[in-house]
Amino acid sequence: MHAEQEKIISDSWMFPTTYNQLVSILVSGVMIETRNLTKKFNGLTAVDHVSFNVKKGEIFGLLGPNGAGKTTTIRMLATLTRPTEGTATIGGYDIVKDDNEVRKLIGLVSEKIIMYDRLTAKENLWFFGRLYDVPKEVLNERIDELLRLVQLSNWKNSQVGTFSSGMRQRMNVIRALLNMPEMLLLDEPTLGLDPQSSVEVREFVKKINRENKTTIILTTHMMVEADMLCDRIGIIDHGKIIALDTSANLKKLVSGANTTVLELEIANLTTNMVSLIQSLKCVNSVSQDNSTHIKVHANGDESFDTIIDSVRAEKGKINSVKNLDPTLEDVFLYITGHEVRDKADRKIPVRRHKHSMPRSRVR
Amino acid sequence: MGIKSLVSHSLMIAWKDLMELFRNRMMLLMLVLMPLLMMTMAGFMFPSNTSTSHVSVALVNQDEGYANYPSASATLIAALETMNSSTDMMTTTSASSLDEVRSMIQAGEVEGGIIIASNFTLSLVTGKQGAITIVTDQTNPQMSMLLQIALKEVLEQMGTWLAQQNVQGLNPAVNSNNSLAIVKPYIVQTEGAVLGDFSYFDFIAPGLMAMTVMMSVMTGLPAAISHEREVGTLDGMMVAPINRLSVILGKTLAQTARGMLQGTLILVLAVFLFGVTIRGNILLIFALLLLGVFSFVGLGVVITSFAKDQETAMMVMMALMFPMMLLSGVFFPIQQMPWYMQSISKALPLTYATTALRKVMVLGANVSMITTELAVLIGFGVVMTTIAVPVFKRAMTR
Repeated sequence: MHAEQEKIISDSWMFPTTYNQLVSILVSGVMIETRNLTKKFNGLTAVDHVSFNVKKGEIFGLLGPNGAGKTTTIRMLATLTRPTEGTATIGGYDIVKDDNEVRKLIGLVSEKIIMYDRLTAKENLWFFGRLYDVPKEVLNERIDELLRLVQLSNWKNSQVGTFSSGMRQRMNVIRALLNMPEMLLLDEPTLGLDPQSSVEVREFVKKINRENKTTIILTTHMMVEADMLCDRIGIIDHGKIIALDTSANLKKLVSGANTTVLELEIANLTTNMVSLIQSLKCVNSVSQDNSTHIKVHANGDESFDTIIDSVRAEKGKINSVKNLDPTLEDVFLYITGHEVRDKADRKIPVRRHKHSMPRSRVR
Repeated sequence: MGIKSLVSHSLMIAWKDLMELFRNRMMLLMLVLMPLLMMTMAGFMFPSNTSTSHVSVALVNQDEGYANYPSASATLIAALETMNSSTDMMTTTSASSLDEVRSMIQAGEVEGGIIIASNFTLSLVTGKQGAITIVTDQTNPQMSMLLQIALKEVLEQMGTWLAQQNVQGLNPAVNSNNSLAIVKPYIVQTEGAVLGDFSYFDFIAPGLMAMTVMMSVMTGLPAAISHEREVGTLDGMMVAPINRLSVILGKTLAQTARGMLQGTLILVLAVFLFGVTIRGNILLIFALLLLGVFSFVGLGVVITSFAKDQETAMMVMMALMFPMMLLSGVFFPIQQMPWYMQSISKALPLTYATTALRKVMVLGANVSMITTELAVLIGFGVVMTTIAVPVFKRAMTR
């Protein structure tokens, strides 16, 4: 059956290209499967026996500091680097043996902008689209559609070299969508962008995932980004995945079960109110910071409601409530014992023997 | 199907590279300027008969004469001046002694000196050899060589003339023509293999063309690929489901087009600006250039595969380019070099490309006359490509 059927199926972009792949996706629902994926560079282990699965339609985040092995992992999955050890499959295809089949399934948004400055937006997209053998008429339409999607239609015939970095990054993202990939690999998609552009890119990524059911794997060193975008997050440090779960579950890891920390600002705070809150069953402790602010540590699922209700019952005017949830930052700190920071930061040489320096010059 | 998409992807990549090139004004300007500069420089830089003129020479006449015989030195100087007036080769200044000439050379006032000995006339009259000393500037070997050649010529003419006089004096029956035949029984005449005037440009143009086209592939390919690798755009091509070969093929096509453009420019400049005549088939010339490209692609790809960044690639290319430029007979005929240098020359493919192109352009040779060169170029290309393809494929997925 294969030859004929393969050809027909591969002409349509949204669908799995072969029978094998179809089966593997339908049966397992797994898009990416890595097993002991390892990459060594001259003795340095960049990625160290990494195993994880990414489900179809999921947004999966690799979170970690620079140099943790995120980019190398993405590059291996994108078939740009061969693993030293271990295997991975994307859509049922081995990233080494069936690399060309894998390439048909994926779109890569690299850390560096994959655009030629001297070509126009359209020429760039046309070039890469033709490398994927997208038929000319289809490609023309798709380019217009993608440019419209990221509000760059007006710059269609301008050279990319004249674009701002936000525009370039949007181009970089839609370039990866030219072949309508089932799987999108994003390497630090918001690196170096201002907050507004970052939000735009994130929104766009979510939209692609929602509307096209595209599976997405992205790397980031930004906690907020991982938290906002990802269904599940793998925390990676020194080439190893040290924790992998949903954002909520990861946070629970830090705080233990069901702890809530609230910071309340009550305009008409009274000592009566404080002692009432303290007497609530779910509350562990209350501390008063100043005349209007209190901090409440509580347990249980409904503790939030209970506390608010009791304040309202006492006619307390709540100006603000802050739910001091543990952040991913806390998670990272908790698991690794160090903060998310570039490794290079630690290597800044410290000038020693400050006073002996001029003396030796005299001598 | 595989071949078709290989070709179409290659063409796409070539199109992209050329678009980038043509949008780069500075690059385009250099593309045109480079051959013009090379041609002009190479053509005028090297000494030729017409190029040397007004060499300043100090002339020391110490000849004291002998009795009332005519001064031989005066005759010599007169002969020198006669020759000089027609060629403008020298500008003579008089000086008094060898020491003065030396200090003049050291001061850079003159480029050489001629000293006529004090017993010059005496020696000639009494049947001995007259001595002339040439003082040369060792920092300028070319010039001292020229001076020697010019003086030798003058002296030989004078010697012949003197000998002719003597023969006629011995036997008055001999007329001037016969006396010349007695003194100089042989005459040497030079005739080129093809008719017409030749200048250094005729020699340099084929070499420059071969060099430009081949170098553009050998250096342009590694530069282009390592640049894209550094900027990150290479990943964009590598992550697409295309044959890795189409990346090389496309880039090679673009570089070849660039090189051929420059080569054609040299040809046009040579013909219309420097009066070079092309005697061979123009199609054969272009075919030879393309063959040269083929033989150099492999080497370029191998360099690309080993050089991780643009800077390294540049260094490697420079290290390969200069020996090739100097040893392949582009600027100097390889026959001038010592045997060991010649054997290095013979190992360089550019030598064969240059030789073949020169034979076709200057001598009007056809394919059957350049079979050796063709065989070497094809052989080198096949071997290098065979090595290059697997090396490149491996390097691209490190």
